[in-house]
Amino acid sequence: MMGDALTTDEGFLLPVRDEESEPFWEGTRAGELRIQGCGSCGRLRFPPRPMCPWCRSTVSSWKIMSGRGTVWSFVIPHPPLLPAYGELAPYNVVVVALEDDPSIRLVGNLVADSEAPINSVDPASIEIGQAVRVAFQPLSDEFTLPRWIRE
Amino acid sequence: MDTSIKDRTAVAGIAQTRFAKSLEGSEKRLACEVIVAACEDAGIDPSEVDGLCSYTMENTAEVDIAKNIGADNITYFSQIAYGGGGGCATLGQAAMAVATGQARVAVAWRSRKRGSGGRPWASANVGLPTPLQWSRPFGLLRPADEIGVLTRRYMHEYGATRDHLANVALACRRHANMNPNAMMHEKKLTREDYMAARWISEPLCLFDNCLETDGALAAVIVSAERARDCRQPPVYIHSFGQGLPSQHHTMVNYWCEDPLRGPSWGCSEQLWRHSDFTPADVDVAQIYDAFTTLIPLSLEGYGFCGKGEGASFTEGGAIELGGRLPVNTSGGGLSEAYVHGFNLITEGVRQMRGTSTAQVDGAETCLVTSGEGVPTSAVLLRKG
Repeated sequence: MMGDALTTDEGFLLPVRDEESEPFWEGTRAGELRIQGCGSCGRLRFPPRPMCPWCRSTVSSWKIMSGRGTVWSFVIPHPPLLPAYGELAPYNVVVVALEDDPSIRLVGNLVADSEAPINSVDPASIEIGQAVRVAFQPLSDEFTLPRWIRE
Repeated sequence: MDTSIKDRTAVAGIAQTRFAKSLEGSEKRLACEVIVAACEDAGIDPSEVDGLCSYTMENTAEVDIAKNIGADNITYFSQIAYGGGGGCATLGQAAMAVATGQARVAVAWRSRKRGSGGRPWASANVGLPTPLQWSRPFGLLRPADEIGVLTRRYMHEYGATRDHLANVALACRRHANMNPNAMMHEKKLTREDYMAARWISEPLCLFDNCLETDGALAAVIVSAERARDCRQPPVYIHSFGQGLPSQHHTMVNYWCEDPLRGPSWGCSEQLWRHSDFTPADVDVAQIYDAFTTLIPLSLEGYGFCGKGEGASFTEGGAIELGGRLPVNTSGGGLSEAYVHGFNLITEGVRQMRGTSTAQVDGAETCLVTSGEGVPTSAVLLRKG
């Protein structure tokens, strides 16, 4: 949305919501991982969009996920990066396959605890297949990001 | 009724600027110069140009090209989306326009000052709406990070190693060392250099990433009949495909059933369906290489080997000159120039003319592909 700030004061990028993604970001702020489901056939889909590609219904019904998943893949970015991220490099970015539907894979970060930064986990200790659960970290008054802690 | 465009059009002219980190002149000026030079190569007056095809990322508009080169009347123009995925589609859509009579002399081009013009990802205020709201806030900022995720998964699922990625980087560099126009012409690369290079996004190191280049290139497409009367030997556009597969989501394509089965798979189906050839018949290939990983993924997608076998395909010099399938014989995006893959098109044409600096003896067919990991395109060129 045009009115949203682009970055936090520290320079971290804020999500730019659209009409379809609003319930997801409302969910994270409320401490819930919500994924869009079809209001007709019930199938989950991500990213959120107006129409179910399997039954073409435009009615959706958001579901609360268990918040559990496994690491599907990850990278360790090094500079050059945007300055706020560069200061934390090397950090990790993981892609997590959700337990509720493993074809839904969310980009996030592994952190040591719910307050810790994105470089708080030793990169050498990260492995594909590790079990993780969601932790919510406020990025601004408006946005809370889902991060991940190993089980 | 046979509606196929098979061999009905040909590339009659090509041209390119010098490739460098920084070139004098605007993208517009470079585009106009290179289009006129490609017409000169074909022996066609630029006033005859009536078709224009480029990328949606191209900054030089059709109206500017037309009034600079003195085109009489443009009757067909199109732009193809998704960055480097659109490269071969500029050629393919030009061929469709010529084959159907919507244009007689079509030009495809790309002009880009990426070397001196800055990195698209380095801006905080672009590209954040869907789908990038799901990736960039977490620090997955650059194309290298996005493809790094797929690379790690590919290594995990199929046992690919950094040695396989090095095979790709070294093959491209060896070909660039033979090409005086390549940015890396004079720079040798060893496996030790590769292994010692700094990380960009683990598991990708510096040499897994393409170059940053200023440069412009163009190709002129006419009917097969007309091409036979042009200055250069004709290079036929034998078949053409585009691909945007089910539930695909560009470079952060983590939400389909199998993200390692990219758009090249669907594009490939279309390409071979309209071809007299099979992958086994292909003599040389120019495969989009913004990152080394895209080559094993594309080798699989275009049917040169089975799924998961692309990495081992690169062993034993198979993708170097003299090997089973020489790939990126001018050095590719990794070692010649990164101009959204248009240099792969011009090199494909040179291979079919027999004028490459790493010429494959007796080559009669060349596959050229565009960006894997985004909605993509490919052409199969045939020697005239």
